[in-house]
Amino acid sequence: MTPFISNSPDHRDTMARHRATVLGNIVMAGEIPSPTGGERKVVEFLYNRFIEAGLNHVTIDEAGNAGAVLPGNSDRNILVAAHVDKIWSKTVEHRITALENAITGPGVADNALGVAILASLPRILEILDVTFDANLILVGTTGSLGPGNLGGMRFFLENTREPIHAGICLEGMDLGRLSYSSLGMVRAEITVKLDTESDWPWHGVGTGAIGPLSKIVDCILGIDRPEKPRTTILLGSIQSGSGYNFPPSSGVLKFEIRSESEDVVDRIYHQIEEIVEETSVRDDCETSLSVLARRKSGDIGFRHPFVRAIREIMESLEIKPRIAPSISELSALLDHGIPGLTLGITKGDHRSTREESIVIEDIFTGIAQIVSTLEFIDHYLKES
Amino acid sequence: MSDTTKVINQWLENNTFHYGEFWKVKKLVEAKEKAGLTISLCIPTLNEEETIGKEIIIFISELMDRYPLIDEIAVIDSGSTDRTLEIASSFGADTYLSKDILPGEGFKMGKGENLWKAIYQLKGDIICYVDGDIKNIHHRFVSGLVAPLIYRPEVKYVKAFYDRPLAYSGETRPSGGGRVTEILVRPLFSLFFPELTALVQPLSGEYAVRREVLEQIPFPIGYGVETSHLIDVYQKWGLGAFAQTDLESRIHGHQSTAALGKMSFGILQSFLKRVHSLGMVDRLPELNSVFRQFQAEGSRYEQIIMEIIEEERPPMCTIPAYREKHKQL
Repeated sequence: MTPFISNSPDHRDTMARHRATVLGNIVMAGEIPSPTGGERKVVEFLYNRFIEAGLNHVTIDEAGNAGAVLPGNSDRNILVAAHVDKIWSKTVEHRITALENAITGPGVADNALGVAILASLPRILEILDVTFDANLILVGTTGSLGPGNLGGMRFFLENTREPIHAGICLEGMDLGRLSYSSLGMVRAEITVKLDTESDWPWHGVGTGAIGPLSKIVDCILGIDRPEKPRTTILLGSIQSGSGYNFPPSSGVLKFEIRSESEDVVDRIYHQIEEIVEETSVRDDCETSLSVLARRKSGDIGFRHPFVRAIREIMESLEIKPRIAPSISELSALLDHGIPGLTLGITKGDHRSTREESIVIEDIFTGIAQIVSTLEFIDHYLKES
Repeated sequence: MSDTTKVINQWLENNTFHYGEFWKVKKLVEAKEKAGLTISLCIPTLNEEETIGKEIIIFISELMDRYPLIDEIAVIDSGSTDRTLEIASSFGADTYLSKDILPGEGFKMGKGENLWKAIYQLKGDIICYVDGDIKNIHHRFVSGLVAPLIYRPEVKYVKAFYDRPLAYSGETRPSGGGRVTEILVRPLFSLFFPELTALVQPLSGEYAVRREVLEQIPFPIGYGVETSHLIDVYQKWGLGAFAQTDLESRIHGHQSTAALGKMSFGILQSFLKRVHSLGMVDRLPELNSVFRQFQAEGSRYEQIIMEIIEEERPPMCTIPAYREKHKQL
């Protein structure tokens, strides 16, 4: 058995008995609104937690990331990161409810739980009496979601003075989630504008910008998507108009292209570019296509020692691995050639709704897998 | 400046705090240990399953696990029909049914009953009471209230206040004391116990009190418990025994006007009972025409004093000119 794996069930049981710090941090991180670009308060929360824990080099950097170092006894560095932004705007009431076995509220899984574990990690390691040879660099990253384009993580990786030898990214849901590869991705939006506001017609159908947008959607649905490498086009939202009887003069379509191959992403993107240009000419409207975020594809491979170890750790904790590529922080790590993983922490329900809910008991299993994974990585770096 | 105004101003200066003054809980714990004090937190409940779990999590995490400021957390329940007790217990609170405490004294339904029985059941030298329905719970709801008792031995009873009145470009917003406070309690205090108007929010449900005080005062079971406490402690120990802490904001459910009517009726009963027992019915004090509200600017708190004289005219038929003009009547 890989070293440290037998510790995992003990870690879980110990943390279940010392639940207060973790649960307190979940409630507090959960109640702080933190939309992408407006993460300051949750970053200050993390910063204060790092200070209280007596960590070194506690900072808020130029990108707004909160960072700190739990020093080890070597010059090796392991990054532990959690994105601090949520999908919810500040106008949404961020109220957390705690019942016997579940905590509920908008953003509690994505990613208040990840932030809470990051904030609690020094205390968790103290409780479990675990120390590392490597330095643990803890970072709460900003600008991860939507148009954020992993801005916080990219800034950190481009500007950190310390070499990062390995990394773990924390996501609240789902326990068993294991990402060791990242997808190529383009996140973009198409805008259609009519020169003049169209009036209602005497006969036929008045569509305004909805007509050209619909044709664009039709054309996108007709694009050939290969099964291998796996490729998806996701249409996220269409916004146009505000009433029943006035054809709108503009509209926006938001979408993503994801693929295991960056070449395929590029090919599909260029096809969409042509569709948009063609629509402009054919329907006599102004169109634009703008890219909000991009990811390169990357992969450390199923046989990588980290992946082998986490699969064994999961087995020891009776967690069923759910392997899926990532488009979050991990892709920035892999872009920089840093081997890393994304791990989910607990099970839950109603993802991305205001009733998003996480299972309390499974959090301690999630913590145990994280600590055991860090123990393994620390050992691996030391030995190699 | 009247004597009352001077007393209130001095008290506001010395005995009104902001929770931010006690932000460093670690220091508070050191002072508590040095003073040899123990602190119990009591949360009286009736069907609070939505908020109780979060309250227990925050208090145990921040004030027991991280910094050992409080020595016990107890939920004393009036007989919830939801899962209030199960949830509180699952997060580590001691839970009690009010009817099971001091069974020989019987059981009365009401928050005051739970507060009273807490004195018997809990061990602390200081008991801090916090309602179970607070949606924006934070450890300041306890640390901000017990701090004056830890640092100032002469202080015996610390009251919370919220929604600090602020001055906006010369225009002052009235104190956010709540409707029953502003319409009923503050006018009554202005008339009968003017010094008690110094308490910005006399009806707030959060307060910390020394055991030596709690064991010597009666407890109305219903809505009158806060008002009567203030009068009783004031009569026995004077204004100097009180302090108040600004806890900034408290979010809880909104009460209907009908519910506030019920509350006012209960408060009036307790108030009049005290006026009666203090012998003030037959010999009412000279009725005061000074009405006192509050405003704050920065960390300074000051009174707004208004002279309100309700003058009266006699029946018109007693006016000679009227009788002359309307002889035919």
